Amino acid sequence: MNNKKIRILIAKPDLDGHDRGAKVVALALRDAGMDVVYSGLHQNMDAIIEAARRESSDVVGLSVMTGAHLSICERLIKRLADEGMSHVHVIIGGVVPQKDVSKLTKLGVRGVFPGGTPFSEIIESIKALF
Amino acid sequence: MGVAKYIKNEKDAVKEVIYQSGIRVKTSYGPKDLEETGFNYETDLGDPGGYPFTRSLHPGGYRSRAWTTRQYTGFGSPEETNQRFKYMISHGQNGLNVAFDLPTQMGYDSDHPMAQGEVGRVGMAVDSLKDFEIAFAGIPFDKIGSGLTINANATVMLAMYQAVAEKFGFAKEAVSATPQNDILKEMIGRGAWIFPVDPAVRLVGDAIEYSVKELPKCNPVSICGYHIRESGATPAQEIACSFEIAKTYIAEVSARGIAPDEFVGRFSFNLNVFGNMWEQIAKFRAARKLWAKMLRNEYGVSENKKLFLRGLFGGGGSGLSKSQPENNIIRGSYYALAAALGGAQTTALCSFDEAYTIPTPRAALLSLRTLEILMEEVGLRDTVDPLAGSYFVETLTREMEDKIIEEMQEIEKMGGMRQAIATGDIQRKIARQAYEFEKGLQEKEIIKVGVNKYTDGEEQEIQLHEYNEESAEKQVLALKNLRKSRNNRETTQTLTALEKTARNGGNVMPDLVACCRAYATVGEMTGVFREVFGEWKEPGLF
Repeated sequence: MNNKKIRILIAKPDLDGHDRGAKVVALALRDAGMDVVYSGLHQNMDAIIEAARRESSDVVGLSVMTGAHLSICERLIKRLADEGMSHVHVIIGGVVPQKDVSKLTKLGVRGVFPGGTPFSEIIESIKALF
Repeated sequence: MGVAKYIKNEKDAVKEVIYQSGIRVKTSYGPKDLEETGFNYETDLGDPGGYPFTRSLHPGGYRSRAWTTRQYTGFGSPEETNQRFKYMISHGQNGLNVAFDLPTQMGYDSDHPMAQGEVGRVGMAVDSLKDFEIAFAGIPFDKIGSGLTINANATVMLAMYQAVAEKFGFAKEAVSATPQNDILKEMIGRGAWIFPVDPAVRLVGDAIEYSVKELPKCNPVSICGYHIRESGATPAQEIACSFEIAKTYIAEVSARGIAPDEFVGRFSFNLNVFGNMWEQIAKFRAARKLWAKMLRNEYGVSENKKLFLRGLFGGGGSGLSKSQPENNIIRGSYYALAAALGGAQTTALCSFDEAYTIPTPRAALLSLRTLEILMEEVGLRDTVDPLAGSYFVETLTREMEDKIIEEMQEIEKMGGMRQAIATGDIQRKIARQAYEFEKGLQEKEIIKVGVNKYTDGEEQEIQLHEYNEESAEKQVLALKNLRKSRNNRETTQTLTALEKTARNGGNVMPDLVACCRAYATVGEMTGVFREVFGEWKEPGLF
């Protein structure tokens, strides 16, 4: 997949409206040559799955600030599996305490990038998935 | 060295300083600088309390009255919020600043699927008047004013606040509430919007119109440059966006046949303090002046106190860092100092642990103490506007004024605020700036202590506020009981009346008050609006 552009959906699940981080990372990934789509705010699971399917996303990048990251990732990964879309990698950014990183990894999250993570680290981690 | 850009030579001497708003700062300032800007004491400053209020709204400044402290508070159940309110009041806080959870802000009841995991998380959960009866029990409505941090359905919460005050025996005329009620800023930053731009602005107008007629002590809108700045706007853009938003609301209400003179005196502002101190101080001084000039020259408002840019200048969350969180205590003190030197009437600070979550009681109390120390110990009450006449500060204030006007013209070129938001142009502009800023941090063009410089030292574990699953379950149970125990016929009637008014374009406030009294839920009332107005499809540009 080295020559193909990585397609990534940046998604803001549920009710939180703080999208500065989501947009900033979206811009950084676009500058790094990825194909980036931003879901907009207030997306429920159905909408995120639908957008990932429509956009043929390779990666869904969630942005979560509310502390609900565990339950959201669990729900999304389960839904992707149910929909036959397990090939879509899930990564997450936002406010994620250190103690939850291993829990997220166990759930199947492929990258955890708390606010302030250097863009280069996010970009390299995503590229390493392929 | 903070939010400004500092260009240094190889010996670490600062060669150039560029503020976020784009102003270059010189090595030193003198009388010639003031001369060059055409500085004139009478027209640029005026005496404290005199037009154009650059120095202060009141002749005595903090001598006659210290600032009002209003920490943003509210979490979990109404019971817990009530306890926290009383705790803050008993420690000297003299106004409330109520935080609502996201389901409440987005108009969903606590048992709605979209509310899952969010009930009481970032603020108090409110489903009906019952919750307000618990949250505000024992609060003296005639002495304590409340800021209600809610926007998309601010009309619902204002109605509920009136209903609860009346229930506790206070006349609506005595009630002092400041619903945030600034939906346009939600569409630029923060994101708690529901309805499309036009009906959303109509609702803002309804709250303003109703307050003018029925709630003489309410300030029906608090325009929040704060959140726009948090989203990536510069200080000059923060003020420019605020004023362009204000103009949109003024136009909305004027179109109903109410002269600006009758309502603009009730507008208040929520502005941000973080980053470079001088830039913030100049921003506040320039903003007070421009607002007064704009109201007088463009809207024919003449009475002095209606020209006041009143508001809360609060320490911004964006300035805080997650690494070395205790540094945020120090940052907060300097932000508060900038707010005081900028003449803040009301203030609050993001607490040092807020980069992670909502603050613990200890952190919230520290913020309050920071504000109290400034007023009680270090001399901020001694004399009004102590920086007046400074060659630097006065030059900067003039330059800031020009920048703000320039940014306002940009927005007007986009077709005005409604249009700039509907197309997504303004959101995109601000998102790109946020990206450039973040790049600046990562490339160390902008320095933040403990983040990209002086990062050594152990990471401290801080104690965090935990989400209370149990109180969310209790909230859902109480809601289910309410739906059974209330007079459902009456509730339905009031909701039907609300729908009719929403459709025919009348002011929804009286119907909302009736709905609240009949214990209609926030989800039901907002649901009526969702049905009638539909939901906004944001452009989502970046």
